Formats: sequence, C-alpha cells, structure tokens
Amino acid sequence: MSEALQELAAHIEIKRPNDVLKTEVAYGELTVTVTSAGIVDFVEFLKTDSTCKFSSLVDITAVDHPSRDQRFDVVYHFLSMYQNQRIRVIASVREEETIPSIIAVHPSAGWFERETFDMFGIIFSGHPDLRRLLTDYGFRGYPLRKDFPATGYTEVRYDEELKRVVYEPVSLVQEYRQFDNLSPWEGAKYILPGDEKGA
Amino acid sequence: MMDGDIRQNTYDDGSHDATDGEQKIRNFNINFGPQHPAAHGVLRMVLELDGEIVERADPHIGLLHRGTEKLMENRTYLQNLPYLDRLDYVAPMNQEHAWCLAIERLAGVEVPRRASLIRVLYSEIGRVLNHLLNVTTGAMDVGALTPPLWGFEEREKLMIFYERACGARLHSAYFRPGGVHQDLPPELIDDIEAWADAFPKVLDDIHYLISDNRIFKQRTVDIGLITEQEALDWGFSGVMVRGSGMAWDLRRSQPYECYDEFDFQIPVGTNGDCYDRYMVRMQEMTEATKIIKQCVAKLREPENQGDVLARGKLTPPKRKDMKTSMEALIHHFKLYTEGFKLPEGEVYAAVEAPKGEFGVYLNSDGSNKPYRAKLRAPGYLHLQAMDHMAKGHQLADVSALIATMDIVFGEVDR
Repeated sequence: MSEALQELAAHIEIKRPNDVLKTEVAYGELTVTVTSAGIVDFVEFLKTDSTCKFSSLVDITAVDHPSRDQRFDVVYHFLSMYQNQRIRVIASVREEETIPSIIAVHPSAGWFERETFDMFGIIFSGHPDLRRLLTDYGFRGYPLRKDFPATGYTEVRYDEELKRVVYEPVSLVQEYRQFDNLSPWEGAKYILPGDEKGA
Repeated sequence: MMDGDIRQNTYDDGSHDATDGEQKIRNFNINFGPQHPAAHGVLRMVLELDGEIVERADPHIGLLHRGTEKLMENRTYLQNLPYLDRLDYVAPMNQEHAWCLAIERLAGVEVPRRASLIRVLYSEIGRVLNHLLNVTTGAMDVGALTPPLWGFEEREKLMIFYERACGARLHSAYFRPGGVHQDLPPELIDDIEAWADAFPKVLDDIHYLISDNRIFKQRTVDIGLITEQEALDWGFSGVMVRGSGMAWDLRRSQPYECYDEFDFQIPVGTNGDCYDRYMVRMQEMTEATKIIKQCVAKLREPENQGDVLARGKLTPPKRKDMKTSMEALIHHFKLYTEGFKLPEGEVYAAVEAPKGEFGVYLNSDGSNKPYRAKLRAPGYLHLQAMDHMAKGHQLADVSALIATMDIVFGEVDR
C-alpha cells in the first residue's frame, strides 16, 4: 500500500517539479504540498494523467494556523475510482492572498470553496458565485478561524413586541468555561501559581 | 431576468413573440421550503420557473447549521463522538464509525474481533434504517401514503435493537474509539436473527406496493438522469454512482473493518434515473440483511467471543478493575476528564455510509482535542448538483429529485 503511494509520489514529483514542494506518506496516506499559484494546473494534471486519474473531488477545506506566516492551509482530497487511490493536496496561503478556484476542473468544488470562504475568509479567485453558504444571511466574521470565539458575537431571539426576530450581542449568564483538563505535569502551556521559580 | 419582466422570445427566423401590451409572460421565482414536507428538513430553494419548467435552482442551505466543526475543536475526542450522531440522524452509527476509524488510524489501535463484527452488524442495520426511510418517504413525495407507514414499522423494530444495544434509539454513541461500548446480550442477537429472517417478506411487500406502481414509475423513470461522467464531475458517491452503473462501494474497493470476509453483492443500476436508484436501494437492503445474518452467525462462534474494547489508553478499564485497582481508577478518571491524546498528524477516514462516502478529516496537533475536524457529508455534494439536475425538469419533479439524492440536513448543514 505505502510502496504504491511512494511510487505515485515519485511519479508526481518527476512530472510536476515546479508545483510540488513536498511529498509525504504517513498513516497510509499520501500528502502532496504544492504552491497555491499552480493549483489549477496541478489538479488538472492529477485528473488527466493516466497513472493518477483522480477523477473525483472528495473534499476541500482549510486549516488555520494563526502563528504562521502563511496562515491557512487549503486542503484538497481527491479520489480515483479507476486506480482506487486517494491523495491529499495542501496549498498554503497568506491571510491577504487569494487562491485560484479549481471549479473549471471540478464543478463540485463550487460549494466547497464557498464554504471555505464562508468559514475562513479565503478568497478563491475565479469562482463565479462566492457567496456565503452555511452562515446566516448578513453574517459577519469567519467562524472557523482560531481567533473567532466559539460563542460567536451575536445571538437571536423572537421579540414579542416587535413581532420579529432580533439580533443582539451575545450575553452570557455565566462566563464561558473552557477546561483543558491537561495534566499540569505534561503538556500544559501555563505555569501553576507558585511554580514560577522552578520554571 | 427578474420577476415582472415581460419575456420576449426570439426564434430562429428572427421573428419575435407578438405582444399587444396586455400580455405579461415572465419567469417566476418561487421559494421551495424552508417549510415544505418534501424538502426533507429545512431546505430553502429558490427556483426560477418558466411555466412549470425549472430553469435554475439555487439551494440555500445552512438553516440547520450548528457549527459542529467549531464545537469539535473545543471538545476532547471522546466528547466529540456524540456530535457525529447528530449529523445524519437517520443512520447515526455509520457516522460514528468514520470518527472512530480516524482516531484508531492515528493512534494505531487494533479493534478486537468481536467489536469489529458488532460494528459491521450495526452499520448494516443503519443501512436498512436509512434506506427504509428514504425509499418509503421518497414514494410519499411522489404521492403514495402507505409505504412510509409500513416502512416506519420496520424502522421501529430496528430502533429497538439500537436501544437494546446502547440505551438510546437515535443518538447512540455506541461505537467508541477502540471498539464498541458494551457487548450484545445473546437474546438480542437471537432477536436480530429472527428479524432478519422475517424482513425479506416485508421487502417483498414494499416491492409489491411501489415497484410496479404505474404512478410511481411515471414519476421516477427517466427523471434525474445521471451519466457516469456527471457522477464523477459532481463528486457523487454511494447509490448516486451505483445507480449510474459504476460498481463503486468502499466496503468492497477499500475494505475497512472486516467487510472483506463477508459475502454480499453490490447492486448497480443501468439508466441512472430515480427509479434505478430506488431499485438499488431496495436491493441493498436485501444484501444488508444477508450481511446481518452472516454477522449473527459469526458472533455466535466460540472464537469470536471476548472483549469488545481494545483495553489501553483510548478505552476505559473494566468496571471490576476500576473497583479494585487504584491505577485503573486513575486511568478512568483521566480518560473522562483529560481524555486521550493523539499523535501529531492528519488522516482522512471514510466509510460507505448509506448515503455515500462519509469522511472525517482529522488534523491533530498532539493534544487531547482535534486541531481541526472536517466532516465530509455525501449529501452535501449531491445537493450541490441540484441546479444541474433540476434544470429542464418540471416543478413537481424537484421533490422526486430531493428524495432520490437522499438529503438529510443534519449532515448537509453540520
């Protein structure tokens, strides 16, 4: 299984040396890191090349790493029903950067890119209909970014006097409690009171 | 073209529709849903109609969006498990399965043999649950009222099997990383076998009700045709590709759990229309019943007895150990407060859920919570192709299309 993936990785690297930055086989899966500018050509290659034949798009999503220079990893998953193999393609983008849309190669990218835009604020250039998808009409902010609070900023309720739904800032009756429960002896990022000298 | 515009057609010879200033012919925009019985939940779809022909369909989804993925980033792996039940609430255990597989692959944990069999058994029960609902309510969407009443009766029996295994009829939280929560009592296995013996008769009854029904055929044959290329372009999976003649099933092509040792067929359609997909679903229920029977037989074999959880970091200790051993008690406490940690890395685990390929993309940073979890629902891609499929169909066919795509908003909106 992983040998076949190694071979596939080598094949992709030889054929597309300018696009591929890194290939890795881990947990029985092949991950290819590519440049964001060449993503459309690369996906087209994956679809048409006879050894790859990644005929269907499985998923597009993103991962937010706020501390990184290139903040977002846009993650694509492809499946080949002909060769029975899967691949993961990662392209990193900066916060202010756009990434080309692959909708011309895979029409099914449409909603995935809309969702990724909705959730992370990544703009896919060339997408014909980049509206918000899952969030409310008129929603502001990008909920899956790490700096967006899990409680959100607004809440809605039905107002009996106005006879309509009203939007209000979130008011929490009790502070939002988030326990990490990590053992203070391993993995915890904070220093317990009194332990400052030892640290 | 907007509502209220007068529509003036131009023909090949250059002539126009004659207008005398009194005609008002225009395309009509209607809202299909959010409260429509055939919308299978909360789907708002803006349809542009030319007479009764759909010109454009724009599904507005997200009315059931609960931010599951954001919530998951703030919970431990074990606390996240019940969220998976709430995605496709028609066949909950199949979703849990994908989550458990992702965690097990990252942690490198092998599931005990008996747990693996129980998972297959309940995944197939989930498949029957889902197809029973889809087939019979699909018939209701095109005008039949009796099938859902008959189908729900069988579903009720299966729900009771869910309840007897885990205590809940819907939100089971039964599959756990490293196995299943509890072993099945022998009486339950006997009852499941008795049900599986009787079920083909019920399927025959449903066939008798629907399959040759003239109205049902008029409403589904040659409606929603999908070719092989279209299925690939739009990323379809499950019955939506099998109805178009591709024998693609993850249980066979990329076997997970112990599916490779079961004897079952993969039904495929020939035309790729709604009727074929209905037939594929009916046939899949027969095949699922076969797998259930094989599972029951295997669960009784002496070599398949034993523990149902891979005891270790991912799973709680046995009750008896917890009452006698301090170490086990500490482990139990730590597991249910801190949870377990997974090594850094990313995996994509997919299962053949009843609706198609359900996948979990898990990105771990080595802590006790997922850094990012993406749930890939099959219905999401199917609904996306609505505009493509509905174009040129009659308004009345839209409900047949929604039914054949097998949309459940729990998983589409997440």
